[in-house]
Amino acid sequence: MPLELLVEWTIKLLIGFVILMTTVAYLSLFERRMLGFMQMRQGPNRVGPFGLLQPVADGLKFIFKEDITPLAADKFLYVMAPALSLVPALMTFVLIPIGGEMKIPFIDRPIALHVTSVNVGVLAILAMTGMGVYGIVMAGYASNNKYSLMGGLRSSAQLVSYELAMSMSIVGVLLQAGSLDLVKIVANQGGWGGMQWHVFWFQPLGFIIFLISMVAETNRAPFDLPEAESELVAGFHTEYSSMKFAMFFIAEYANMVTASAMATVLFLGGWQGPGVAQLPLLGPFYFVAKMLFFLFLYIWLRASLPRLRYDQLMDFGWKFLLPLALINIVISATVAVVLL
Amino acid sequence: MTFEQILFILFAGIVVGGAASVLLQRNPLYSAFSLITTFVGLACLYVTLKAQFLGVVQIVVYAGAIMMLFVFVIMLLNIRDEDTAVDPNRFLVYLTIPLGAILLGALLYVVTKVNLAQPTGDEGGTVERIGTNLLTKYLLPFEATSVLILMAVVGALHLAKREKE
Amino acid sequence: MNLLFELPPLPTLRDTMLIVPELMLTLFACAALVVDIALPRGKKSLTAWFCLVGIGFVALALVQQYTLNADKLPVDAFYQMARIDGLSLVFRGIFLLAAALSIVLSVKYLDVENEQRGEYYALILFATTGMMFMAIGSDLISIYIGLELMALTVYVLVGYLKRNERSNEAAMKYFFMGIFSSAVLLYGMSILYGVTGRTNLGQISEAIAGYTQNGQLQGEGDPRMMLILALVLIGAGLLFKIAAVPFHMWAPDAYEGAPTSVTAFMSVGPKAAAYVLLARVLLFGLGPLRDMEGLPGWSIMLGVVAALTMTVGNIGAVTQENIKRMLAYSSIAQAGYIMLGVLAGTQMGYRGVVFHLVIYTLMNTGAFTVIISLHRKGIIGEKVDDLNGLFAKAPGVAVMMLVFMLSLAGIPTTAGFIGKYFLFGSLIQSGKPWMVYLAVIAVVNTAISFYYYARFIRAMFLNPLKEEAPLTLSQPMRVTMAVSAVLVMLFGIYPQPLIKVADLAAKSISTVYAQASGIASN
Repeated sequence: MPLELLVEWTIKLLIGFVILMTTVAYLSLFERRMLGFMQMRQGPNRVGPFGLLQPVADGLKFIFKEDITPLAADKFLYVMAPALSLVPALMTFVLIPIGGEMKIPFIDRPIALHVTSVNVGVLAILAMTGMGVYGIVMAGYASNNKYSLMGGLRSSAQLVSYELAMSMSIVGVLLQAGSLDLVKIVANQGGWGGMQWHVFWFQPLGFIIFLISMVAETNRAPFDLPEAESELVAGFHTEYSSMKFAMFFIAEYANMVTASAMATVLFLGGWQGPGVAQLPLLGPFYFVAKMLFFLFLYIWLRASLPRLRYDQLMDFGWKFLLPLALINIVISATVAVVLL
Repeated sequence: MTFEQILFILFAGIVVGGAASVLLQRNPLYSAFSLITTFVGLACLYVTLKAQFLGVVQIVVYAGAIMMLFVFVIMLLNIRDEDTAVDPNRFLVYLTIPLGAILLGALLYVVTKVNLAQPTGDEGGTVERIGTNLLTKYLLPFEATSVLILMAVVGALHLAKREKE
Repeated sequence: MNLLFELPPLPTLRDTMLIVPELMLTLFACAALVVDIALPRGKKSLTAWFCLVGIGFVALALVQQYTLNADKLPVDAFYQMARIDGLSLVFRGIFLLAAALSIVLSVKYLDVENEQRGEYYALILFATTGMMFMAIGSDLISIYIGLELMALTVYVLVGYLKRNERSNEAAMKYFFMGIFSSAVLLYGMSILYGVTGRTNLGQISEAIAGYTQNGQLQGEGDPRMMLILALVLIGAGLLFKIAAVPFHMWAPDAYEGAPTSVTAFMSVGPKAAAYVLLARVLLFGLGPLRDMEGLPGWSIMLGVVAALTMTVGNIGAVTQENIKRMLAYSSIAQAGYIMLGVLAGTQMGYRGVVFHLVIYTLMNTGAFTVIISLHRKGIIGEKVDDLNGLFAKAPGVAVMMLVFMLSLAGIPTTAGFIGKYFLFGSLIQSGKPWMVYLAVIAVVNTAISFYYYARFIRAMFLNPLKEEAPLTLSQPMRVTMAVSAVLVMLFGIYPQPLIKVADLAAKSISTVYAQASGIASN
């Protein structure tokens, strides 16, 4: 393996990690400010200008809080769970292309704005997010608390159910792009002056299914049953405090970021947009803008929709979304054969 | 030692360690989690063998979906520890150790002595290859599998359906 | 869409035409599920007749397949995944026969148990589809999928009476043992693939033969050790399905606990299917491993297993009081006899295998029909004593049972005798001393078996009547029982038509096998 490539990957990984962690930190502030705005109140605005230093304060608070391990807890799993939840959430970002190839000063070859591109990219991301469930399940079990256990069970059932609908909704995109490689999927949406996005181009239904199941997959309102505070205290992380809680928190927000990035790449053309062909530097900006749109959607949903009942959630996933996704596959296959 | 060899030893260690842990754990949930470790290690081995698709599917299907159900059931039944009553067939457990050793010895002997079939070396693990093979060369077993799954659904429904009476 | 590589040709219509019977059966199974929903409560048994019609059509398709391809057999399809030859044609016929017979006798049984549901018949058809895939499969992958399709269905069928504890227990035992044996089988297959790099049975055979040319090992090392390991593991997996000793422990429990109609089915259909696999894998794929210099080949291993199976089966049956358990041990013993034909390796042996399997299907389902008729509301009817005085109550049924028992025992003038004659005769004909000894063991075993078959006869004809309640026999059951009994007698006296059919299968084995291993056939 050439050393140059290794250095390039390391640098990219570091940059990706920093970007992801910063986004997560400021996403929490963004969420609280937005919620405040929607509920006609201020939100955190005292630490730094416009509350911009609030995430730092939160971070310090997490670090200095007491780290409690319940006596009856299964110690090993209790410690493993937050890590198992966080690691897959951080790993997935590796595969997301945030821009096309571009020239960078002092380097004589074009640099692609993704860490790595694999032949089975979409599946790899699904696989990694799928592993994240175990963190939640493990936390629910290890806490030795009935609310935690219920939360863990609920979330595993929910994630497995909606993962099906989510994977099925992607199949249409894969058929159209003819590849599972995220870079190629983005490249496939470059027509019409950078506006031939899959959401406009035969995949609106797939987009809607993906959007709904993506919210369910990240355990966010109105599908936040695993941590429904009115019935389960705080669900699987009831017993967690300090940095262990922070890890669950970061994992949840990192998952939101990744899911938004996935939606952007698969349906909204990734970094494609008007003018990108002439000025590749625009790509990352388009990408971030689209991603922000989805993140805003998350917060908007949380502010406006009530939580579903558990059986409604299951019925909706299995009896409505999944059949709809299957229909979408049939339509997409027909389109792919007839028109493409 | 090449980079590939280091990776192989690492992942093979995960696989073997996880498998041993499945057997040695007393708590069934720990066993299940160890099995997941084994599957993840196997998936990594597949990827190093250029079978990325197989590796990822191994994680999605086995580590993700099937083991999820295992864990789900164990948690629902809330089995904390294995039944500690003395098993009358305990000697059988000890019998497995020499038998396993014999099997291992036989495998090692043969693997070191014999020139086995060599891998063909083409990029067999990509999505395109596997998809094409499934719909041409392996079409019959592929379709028969769909019948198998349909039958399994019918059977599971029959066994699990709640009676009205 | 443009691909980066050449697309291999898709299977054609010709390939599809060759699996029409399997396709039809699958469609009928799916249709049976739909028919079941459409039928009102209380009319569900109509699904059974629908399935019977389906089996009839599939049988016609099978006959047509034979007439169309008679002169070009064997035909390969789907990239050599499937092979249509005499063996697969005849065995698929046996499976259809077994399925049809058990559907007929299931209707009444399920009525008595108040579990009349369409799924049952659909599941029988699915299991039959699996068996048919096993029969045509000539590649480890397609064989295994067929095997699992059959096995999973039978697990469900054994536990079909879900409110019955015995049925649940039997299903559990059978399931755990079954999946374990499948795992062992797969392990063996993976080793075989690892050594030869092939999954196709014909290619595996060629590869193995390539290791030894003119008795000299090619290349370094001796891959035959590994092959023997694969052979043992695959053999263990298959012998489990056959319920051969020492893999027979599940059989009495599963047979006893399963619904009797399912016992009837699983004692014939899946068993025949396991035999076709055994024949395919051992003779077509591992033929060169039959006898090896300095190493044990599969013929000697199978010989030991066969001797054990016969002996344990017969001795086990002697002490049983439950008819289903007794028939379970009897079927273990019969499995041992049939194995003799495979290991004799002659045309006569293969003929005996097929002949005896057909007859066994008829006489065993016949015997189970009688047992089912003893089962009434509130009466389990599974003890040997429950047969007491059957002759006084229902002379016709008793006489037919007599025919089935005599045939199972192998008394001359019944077809069971002819089958055993071919099986044992082939051993003596082979001329090898140890095979002759094996034949002697088999004859001694037959003598032991007279004892417990005679217990049925004594109970029916000599013991006084105990239970007055009438038998539950439907008209179709009577008809099938009578037809089975007549056929068993007819083939005992005039076996030529069945021998012709059996030879169709036997020839396809012996020609291919002779090519593969260089053993002359006669």
